[in-house]
Amino acid sequence: MTASNNLTHEGAPTMAGATYNFAYLDEQTKRMIRRAILKAIAIPGYQVPFASREMPMPYGWGTGGVQVTASIIGPDDVLKVIDQGADDTTNAVSIRAFFQKVANVAVTTRTHEATIIQTRHRIPETPLKSGQVLVYQVPIPEPLRFLEPRETETRTMHALEEYGLMHVKLYEDIARHGYIAKTYAYPVKVEDRYVMDPSPIPKFDNPKMHMSEALQLFGAGREKRIYAIPPHTKVVSLDFEDHPFEVQKFSEPCAICGSRGIYLDEVILDDRGGHMFVCSDTDFCEEQRNEH
Amino acid sequence: MYVAVKGGEAAISNAHRLLADRRRGDRDVPDLRIDQIAEQLSVGVDRVMAEGSLYDKELAALAIKQARGDLIEAIFLVRAYRTTLPRFGYTQPIDTEDMLVERRVSATYKDLPGGQLLGPTFDYTHRLLDPELAHDKQVDKPVTREGEHEKVVRVSSILAQEGLIEADGEMPEGRVPGDITRDPMEFPMERDTRLQALARGDEGFLLALAYSTQRGYGMNHPFVGEVRIGEVELEFEVPEIDFAIPLGTVQVTECQMVNKFKGSAKVPPQFTRGYGLVFGQSERKAMAMALCDRALRAGELGEDRTAPAQDEEFVISHADNVQATGFVEHLKLPHYVDFQAELELVRKMRAEQAKAASDAFDLAAE
Repeated sequence: MTASNNLTHEGAPTMAGATYNFAYLDEQTKRMIRRAILKAIAIPGYQVPFASREMPMPYGWGTGGVQVTASIIGPDDVLKVIDQGADDTTNAVSIRAFFQKVANVAVTTRTHEATIIQTRHRIPETPLKSGQVLVYQVPIPEPLRFLEPRETETRTMHALEEYGLMHVKLYEDIARHGYIAKTYAYPVKVEDRYVMDPSPIPKFDNPKMHMSEALQLFGAGREKRIYAIPPHTKVVSLDFEDHPFEVQKFSEPCAICGSRGIYLDEVILDDRGGHMFVCSDTDFCEEQRNEH
Repeated sequence: MYVAVKGGEAAISNAHRLLADRRRGDRDVPDLRIDQIAEQLSVGVDRVMAEGSLYDKELAALAIKQARGDLIEAIFLVRAYRTTLPRFGYTQPIDTEDMLVERRVSATYKDLPGGQLLGPTFDYTHRLLDPELAHDKQVDKPVTREGEHEKVVRVSSILAQEGLIEADGEMPEGRVPGDITRDPMEFPMERDTRLQALARGDEGFLLALAYSTQRGYGMNHPFVGEVRIGEVELEFEVPEIDFAIPLGTVQVTECQMVNKFKGSAKVPPQFTRGYGLVFGQSERKAMAMALCDRALRAGELGEDRTAPAQDEEFVISHADNVQATGFVEHLKLPHYVDFQAELELVRKMRAEQAKAASDAFDLAAE
């Protein structure tokens, strides 16, 4: 029953329980997940329930994204995994190592080299191209969940396109603060139909989803939902005519590569309030440095 | 100067190495054997099998050893293994009336066919620490009953003879029982899938909810019709063969909770039931499950749903401890991108507030 690297690409394990299938999941499970993905692509922004499996990492660590990646990955794929925009955060390292072990695929930190990019909380700064797939790890797929805790209610609201509650919430923010006080997991409307949670990416990344050339897949393992944005799909961040959607702007450039107009992490330097701003996307930062 | 946080891989590998060391502890102390865990910590093993939804004492014991005795972690290990196993099919329903009973008590009758059998229970032990157990204390052989295995009639069948209790009920024609490990759960649930979710639900969570019903949050006036623990035979139907093949036995704990029901326009007053069934020996879990099952039937029985224990979405969505612990503990993963966004927002709000305050001060000073 112990896991080993002695993998088979065929389907069934070679010895009873002695090995795991290519990319960990059994072929039946992959088919089930692929069906959910196809349905999700056919109805952009709609949350498709799927029979999420227990994965060998905990719920909350990206089990949804891992299941999506495991279902679409093939031996020729090149995988990149990021967490908080970086390839070297511990969980990104762990997930990348997992796929190296169970699928023996090539991995990269280069955004443009990857065919599949699994991400948590960021979209790479380098624009994605046709043929690439961005797989998001999603904690709470339901954008209406914080307004209405019941699944039976929110499903009905989506079915009836009843999004008044969400607009009221955004309006209340404006009434109180003068602007919409939502900085991440900022809700979007997909192809003029479904309101969708973009996962907890900073709203800075929202515009990158719009008309992207890449396929965007979202996997929520614990909540058992998959949704998708096919390439060239309209993705609009919710706003009001007199309060248009705006993204975060940083006054400083990246302290390492000097780039502007990108998302930055604040790094604390000492205990006297000293800090600096650096690129959140580590690959982008490295590329900028190499160019100059 | 800023140093990029590289070296995650080495950090992880060193952390795992340290974990392995801490798990093993002092090397002068003999290594725990799996059979020692399975034999001497059997109730913990049973819990891991029940909530891990996999009946395998050896694997459960291994998981407990690997998890350093953290039962939820052990349950998770078992679940993650179980989900990779191919599914050959489903056994026939077990017949608990045909159980080889080791313990069976009823709180509703003083004596009843099959008798009251205390079995291996903590119930009447005095909870005094036994210093002799610190050493290898000699244990007497148990006294066991002689005779043939007989069917022990279920209390619900006794009550059913007078029509005093709701019937077992039949599965509607053509309905295949659901499988929550293969199909996504959807609300509202049918009772079969709901019971499955409760059976693998966290013992502590269900215990607290069951307790809440006793304290008035969704009171359902329960009596323990009976609790029984014992071995039941599993049978598997193979399409190529005409009869069901016995696969072996599993130990289960079954609880039939009998609850008062005042009746409705269609149904005369009668007793209703809550049902609990758990792998291994776990009365606490089986009883809590039965109370929760009954509480969750409020809608079906036309009762007001006012308490948390009666709220299916609330109970079922939060009963799974592998999911719960994952999501709670994931908060320790990096969130600095989102935190950065919030940081900027709070700074902006503070700056605005400070400006408003100073403007007001200037105005007052003029």
